[in-house]
Amino acid sequence: MIAQMADWPLLTIITFLPAAGALLILLARSMQRGEDAGYDRGVRLLTLLVTLLTFAISLVAFAAFDPSLPGYQLVENVPWAFGAGYRMGVDSLAMTLVMLTTFLTPICILASWVIEKQVSSYMVLFLILETLMIGVFCAQDIILFYVFFEAGLIPMFILIGVWGGERRVYAAFKFFLYTLLGSILMLVAIVAMISIAGTSGIPELTAFAQQGGFSENIQIWLWLAFFASFAVKMPMWPVHTWLPDAHVEAPTAGSVVLAAILLKMGGYGFLRFSLPMFPDASAFFTPFVFVLSVVAIVWASLVAFRQVDMKKLIAYSSVAHMGFVTMGIFTGTIQGIQGAIFQMISHGIISGALFLCVGVVYDRAHTREIAFYGGLTHRMPVYAAIFLLFTMGNVGLPGTSGFPGEILTMVGAFQVNAWVAAAACLGIIFSAAYALTLYRKVAFGVIENPKLNTMTDIDAREWVQFVPLIIATLIFGFAPSLLLDYTAVSAQTIVEQFGRAAP
Amino acid sequence: MIGPAQDLAFSLPHFGPELVLVGFALSAAVIGAWGGERSFRPLSFLGIVALLVAGGWAIVARPDAPVAIFQGVLVVDGVGVFAKALIAFAAAATLALGSDYFGAAKDRRFEYPVLVVLAALGMFVMVSSQDLISLYVGVELQSLCAYVLAAWRRDDSRSSEAGLKYFVLSALASGLLLYGASFVYGFTGSVRFDAIAEAVAQGQGGVGLLFGLVLMLCALGFKMSAAPFHMWTPDVYEGAPTPVTAFFAAAPKVAAVALMARILYDPFIALESQWLQVVVALSAISMVWGSFGALMQTSLKRLMAYSSIANMGFALMGLVAGADAGPGAALIYLALYLPATIGVFALIMSMRRAGEPVETIADLAGLARKRPWMATLYTMLLFSLAGIPPFAGFIGKLVVFQAAVAADLAWLAVVGGIAAVVAAGYYLRILASIWFSPAAEPLSPASSTVMTMASAAALLSFPILIVALGAIERWAAWAIARSF
Repeated sequence: MIAQMADWPLLTIITFLPAAGALLILLARSMQRGEDAGYDRGVRLLTLLVTLLTFAISLVAFAAFDPSLPGYQLVENVPWAFGAGYRMGVDSLAMTLVMLTTFLTPICILASWVIEKQVSSYMVLFLILETLMIGVFCAQDIILFYVFFEAGLIPMFILIGVWGGERRVYAAFKFFLYTLLGSILMLVAIVAMISIAGTSGIPELTAFAQQGGFSENIQIWLWLAFFASFAVKMPMWPVHTWLPDAHVEAPTAGSVVLAAILLKMGGYGFLRFSLPMFPDASAFFTPFVFVLSVVAIVWASLVAFRQVDMKKLIAYSSVAHMGFVTMGIFTGTIQGIQGAIFQMISHGIISGALFLCVGVVYDRAHTREIAFYGGLTHRMPVYAAIFLLFTMGNVGLPGTSGFPGEILTMVGAFQVNAWVAAAACLGIIFSAAYALTLYRKVAFGVIENPKLNTMTDIDAREWVQFVPLIIATLIFGFAPSLLLDYTAVSAQTIVEQFGRAAP
Repeated sequence: MIGPAQDLAFSLPHFGPELVLVGFALSAAVIGAWGGERSFRPLSFLGIVALLVAGGWAIVARPDAPVAIFQGVLVVDGVGVFAKALIAFAAAATLALGSDYFGAAKDRRFEYPVLVVLAALGMFVMVSSQDLISLYVGVELQSLCAYVLAAWRRDDSRSSEAGLKYFVLSALASGLLLYGASFVYGFTGSVRFDAIAEAVAQGQGGVGLLFGLVLMLCALGFKMSAAPFHMWTPDVYEGAPTPVTAFFAAAPKVAAVALMARILYDPFIALESQWLQVVVALSAISMVWGSFGALMQTSLKRLMAYSSIANMGFALMGLVAGADAGPGAALIYLALYLPATIGVFALIMSMRRAGEPVETIADLAGLARKRPWMATLYTMLLFSLAGIPPFAGFIGKLVVFQAAVAADLAWLAVVGGIAAVVAAGYYLRILASIWFSPAAEPLSPASSTVMTMASAAALLSFPILIVALGAIERWAAWAIARSF
């Protein structure tokens, strides 16, 4: 059965199945008359089923994919207009990110069960967003990549703006315009690349660049344009300022998607485009990226320490963790790149879980203020235990998935520049400081706020959404080789492609 | 040398599309004079048919090589056919909107379809003109109809003001056009494009010729509302009745850009290094001015006026590619721009509360809850205008960026990109009102004509586009290959 399915256009199915579900909901809505609570429940269930089915099919693709082979697999190619084509394909790097997306989306839908306002619109947008996120990782044509990459702004804009917190409109505008400014420069660079290389296929462009097709001078400009886009998306200091606003104002599931998947597009972009296509420029700008990464790690950790809002604290910790990713990527060593990929996946799981943890208490008390809480271990022991696990993961405790990524990126950085690694070490210490302080203030102590006496522990739905994340955190923590072996070939390819630059 | 009679016999079949429009306009004027208000709807319908027949005829009878007719006064070629089809489609769509709007407003004057069709005729002549006289006649026929249409509501001071303003400023532009044409004639010795091209290629003319060319470009910039010749646009767009505004935003833009492409790439192609600077300046200023100017607008029609200024800047960017690549990018841009702009105007036109038309951004508040499908249409069309993928506007921007990069003008593409981000800011303001604001008093339901048109435009901008894009690309390539 699985062997037969491997011949299907699996990536297209995975990518567009959520969009088909969205269409179904739209059709159902056009037939529905008046308000009906049963209708909303049906929409939620349908969305959950569609995302679960997508995950199931992505497991088939996962099984059909052979990570020991270099290059792209499950390739599909349909010619389109202007020399561009509808081309899909994944390597093991993209495959892991696709899996991350399909794995997290059903959890996000579960977390969105509490949404009461305009349910069908919400679910439609979320499904479209999933299609676009998967498409980004599968696209093998640079124009197609750009279409998915930028189209994702539209559903996210509306999700933040309609279902977000108090300053949601401001946050939605900031998110959209910031990221658009970055990516439109990338568009001009893409046009220039196509005009020089005469092709828009990503494998062809990479091969062209590897043969020295882009002169160093041109590489610098192209690299800067791509950097503008990916640095904003990542987000790197100092263009990260949209992130805390967007995270804080987005609904819980929106924050999860933002932190867990959308941020990974930046790292994916560096690995897919900047390093292989502009190796000389990447080498040239490595010190620059190191400085920004270290500033992000240290500074964002310090800022996180001073936050009074739980979501904002986690948002700044994301900026710090993404600093490890960019640092690892630009070391150009196998440890650094493997560590960066690992860190991306691990951060996807852990930060997603942390936002869900915030969501749990927010749904009960409707505030994210740290000072409001305290002593939750008394009322919510199970929740406190889960929250502790993910806090430890965030700190990078060995045994959780947070550890291997950080240690590998540091090993990679140490080979290139010991000072950078030393400074990044500081960040780990700070991260322990802010994460544990958050946990102490929220969970430990006695309950002083009488409003907390009515808090109830997590219910069945929340159990279901946390269990897969707990399992993933522990598995990747104890057996990191599961993931590292899987992405080894892709990482090695990138290292070689980048290595060709250095004289 | 063939005689006048043979020439006429040869030319008339190629002039079929225009003859259809002439035939309709003249007979409709007579029928309307007898039928009065009763004939408004039938005549509108017939006008739509006449426009579609003319556009279809132009496509079906497309020549394999440029055909000069009427002793070389006009030409039937690829760019002409491409532009005529777009003009006919846009004029028919806006005429349908107008028939719906004025019919509901009990303002059923039969001159409306007559004037729209006559304006389309003027545009047909513009895009196929092959000498300075026919060029001017085409421009004036189009403009005269436009003045009357702008002042359509005689008893409304804003509409009258719009008409007067448009008339005075546009007459100035026509003067510039004539003045420039006289320079060109004086320094090359001919009004015919082929003779001018020959003279220019031999290096005749010098500064005087250049002066004439620049004056003509300024005049055309005025007609297409490119900055810095855009001042009339917001006032006229706001004052004119909405279906008329929709008409202004669609068909005349195509005609003006196609005419500019013809002038630049046919008689004056040898002066490319000179006119390039003018076009680049017009393009850059329009994109920037159009984007920033719209930021503070509250009226949707004024905002759309600035939006059209910015979009004309992008279309002009498609003209910079140079002789090798040709002006195809501008044609593709226009083809992709038209549905979105007509669709948005259809939706704006339908905005009524308790029978009175309303047109500010605040009036759209909370639309997503009351009318989710309409909100979806707005979202798709505005994101298309903003150039966000996967919608048609994005492909348009991509194509003109390619033209700019091919001409080694990557900086112009960067300016365009930054302008597009600023422009996204005001499209987002509309969408924020639709999606994020608490519901205002609900708008009256839109007519089925409006919803059909807007839905068709939105679907053209995305799902249909995927299939149609290859066809549009081939069609534009065909048009460029069979011109000049």
